[in-house]
Amino acid sequence: MAAASFTPKVPKSWDRDPLLKVDHLSMRFGGLVAVGDVSFRAGRGEVTAVIGPNGAGKTTVFNCITGFYKPSTGRLALMQGGPATMAELDALTAGGRAWAKTAAGATYLLERLPDHKVSSRAKVARTFQNIRLFSGMTVLENLLVAQHMSLTQAGLINPVALLNLPSWRRKQKAALELALYWLDKIGLTARADDPAGDLPYGDQRRLEIARAMCTQPVLLCLDEPAAGLNPRESHELNTLLRAIRTEHQTSILLIEHDMSVVMEISDHVVVLEYGRKIADGAPGDVRNDPKVIASYLGVEDEAEAVAVTGVPA
Amino acid sequence: MAPHRSDLWEREDTPPETTPAAPPVPPAPAADAVVLPAIKDAVASGVITGLLLLPLVGFRATESGSGPLTLTYRFGLVAVFALLVAGLRLVLNLTLWRPGRKIRDNRSAGLAALSAKVAPAARPAFFALALLYPLLAVTLSGGLSPSRYWVDLGIYILTYVMLGWGLNIVVGLAGLLDLGYVAFYAVGAYTFALLSTSVPLNAFFDAHVAEGFWASWSFFVCLPMAGILAALWGVILGFPVLRLRGDYLAIVTLAFGEIIRLVLINWVSLTNGGAGISSVPAITFFGVPFNGNDDGFAARFGLDYDSMHRMIFLYFIILGLAALTALVTIRLRKMPVGRAWEALREDEIACRSLGINTTLTKLTAFATGAMFGGFAGAFFAVRVRFVSPESFTFMESAVILAIVVLGGMGSQMGVAAAAILLIGGMEMLRNLSFLKASFLFGPDFDPSLYRMLIFGFAMVAVMVWRPRGLVANRMPTIFLKQRKAVSGALVKEGHG
Ligand SMILES: Nc1ncnc2c1ncn2[C@@H]1O[C@H](COP(=O)(O)OP(=O)(O)OP(=O)(O)O)[C@@H](O)[C@H]1O
Ligand SMILES: [Mg+2]
Repeated sequence: MAAASFTPKVPKSWDRDPLLKVDHLSMRFGGLVAVGDVSFRAGRGEVTAVIGPNGAGKTTVFNCITGFYKPSTGRLALMQGGPATMAELDALTAGGRAWAKTAAGATYLLERLPDHKVSSRAKVARTFQNIRLFSGMTVLENLLVAQHMSLTQAGLINPVALLNLPSWRRKQKAALELALYWLDKIGLTARADDPAGDLPYGDQRRLEIARAMCTQPVLLCLDEPAAGLNPRESHELNTLLRAIRTEHQTSILLIEHDMSVVMEISDHVVVLEYGRKIADGAPGDVRNDPKVIASYLGVEDEAEAVAVTGVPA
Repeated sequence: MAPHRSDLWEREDTPPETTPAAPPVPPAPAADAVVLPAIKDAVASGVITGLLLLPLVGFRATESGSGPLTLTYRFGLVAVFALLVAGLRLVLNLTLWRPGRKIRDNRSAGLAALSAKVAPAARPAFFALALLYPLLAVTLSGGLSPSRYWVDLGIYILTYVMLGWGLNIVVGLAGLLDLGYVAFYAVGAYTFALLSTSVPLNAFFDAHVAEGFWASWSFFVCLPMAGILAALWGVILGFPVLRLRGDYLAIVTLAFGEIIRLVLINWVSLTNGGAGISSVPAITFFGVPFNGNDDGFAARFGLDYDSMHRMIFLYFIILGLAALTALVTIRLRKMPVGRAWEALREDEIACRSLGINTTLTKLTAFATGAMFGGFAGAFFAVRVRFVSPESFTFMESAVILAIVVLGGMGSQMGVAAAAILLIGGMEMLRNLSFLKASFLFGPDFDPSLYRMLIFGFAMVAVMVWRPRGLVANRMPTIFLKQRKAVSGALVKEGHG
């Protein structure tokens, strides 16, 4: 394969310090191979973009990473704190456990965790291709539900909370402050008390990102965050994503069709087609990869046209 | 497959169109264009009704004595029905269904504004009224004894208010359709009935604590146990069942309700089967019995003995239990677990992506709801002093669910209003004897036969008028600047 024959002289940043290591991931639905033997790394503190034509298997990869699908085969290792050594990773894989402490921090095998633990333990948050907000709850409530796990460490029905004791009120206040911080970041403070379902589309997209960030993730997976946004909203989104990467210890994994977003903010691009990886590298390299040009982007200028106008040449 | 992403805007994640501008209102058609078709339509409906009813109503076979059947003709009655349909249809065509009639949106907006104003006062007003109700009943009916019916009705309604509030946690907040809620009511009732009538327990407490201790204190000791056991059953049922969604969950909970009832009937050695458990001890005023003896309630408080004292005390017990249910629910809604329940109703997948353990969260909703059902059950047993499987049929579950659905949106005041409307209304329909007046239906008419029919019509009418229940909006649990009701159109119903 193209990616395998491509040997970099200096190791890439995502190979040196990967946050997420995807190895030989396959996902079959009956006879359909939605994802076939895909391996890539997502670097710590980087924005990694997964691109590919419709039906390439991008969302399926996300669903495997976030525990919504059990992969048919493959290993998904998330390394909090720092990269695990080969020996540590092998020991964890050979054992039956889903996670282990490593010298640098902790490593989680995501394929062994149920979906809610991928979020609460491994600290991977996500958004959805079709927005999934709690539309009948207010914007503020959406952001508080996201902090469920940090607020219920002492138990789901906690007497301290039931009696509304001062220690609980302090916790509640901290949660509110985090929510307000993110409301401010996405510019929706004025609409805090409105139902989420009443927001315009672009605001809903940003709210979904803010809600995911309220879980304080190490990895944020965004499924087409710019879909359906106008150029101004798209620009605001870029600003938000850059802020998330620089101001928080959150790496970003991103599915995106909009090439302007991909090229502008990503450090690393992985290209899928028909469930297989066809290219993997820095945005500039991928853009010039003949395989990518041939199979996905078409002629370079045309790619821009598709991305910007949504109409194929 | 085309390698290109062909059309960004035709995908399922396309942003919803902004609400289209209201279509231009067509100019009201001329009167002729309205009246003529209206008459035509009315005549046609009348003819169709006549033809349909001709064989159904027009001919009637009656047995003359012991002889053969004779045919009687009732064409006049058919004509009356046909004319009735035609006339009503004409009226509707010219009024409600008139083409080009402007629908006044501002009416519902005005209603919403009104309810927003009334809402904050509704809760205190309800509780104040509930507190004063026995006093009102006694003064208005002129004495303790005559007020028996009204106090009893109050107890009856409050029991359903409490059951509605309990089920509301499961159905209204968490969005899980539970058709077997009565099972937990039964568990609570039988827990109390069995424990309080248990001979070994009686003997044990007589020997170790005090003579007659168990008979006078068993309710207060068993009440928490009834709740805990019901909650335990909620968890036992919930574990296998809560991975099911929607209709399946409804069917399995329904089956569970029936199974509990059948177990109660068939496990004769424990439950005494269909004959039930009688002589359940009566409630005491925290150990002081309500009787005419020297150490009874009346004597101790210097009152004349009256059996109504016990009734009024029961009223306040159920009021306290209902208030407890309401307060705990209000508190839980503001806690992470309550928000998670509502989030679960809105979108289960999003919940899981945020780390919420949905199975555990559903279980807590189920168990909390079941616990209040258990409390209500224990109360039922101490009020009636007799339990039998007969009291826990599917009909009970259906009525409680109807209260929750009619109340709407997980709103407590809605549920309370629905319980009053449903239970009180059903009771009031017993008093239809005025229909026997000679100018109405005549003395041969038996109005009680029509009770359920009228009731059914009323339910249909209310649900047509307010499809999302009496309180069609949701109050947020927290606000930054201003608490704004969330319109029911945005709130999901769950059931998954
Ligand atoms: N749950 C499922 N069951 C069966 N087939 C599935 C399932 N989920 C995805 N697929 C199939 O897997 C393939 C990849 O789908 P996927 O949604 O991952 O594509 P994608 O790259 O996200 O495309 P898009 O750009 O349209 O979002 C498609 O052929 C799809 O029909
Ligand atoms: Mg997709």
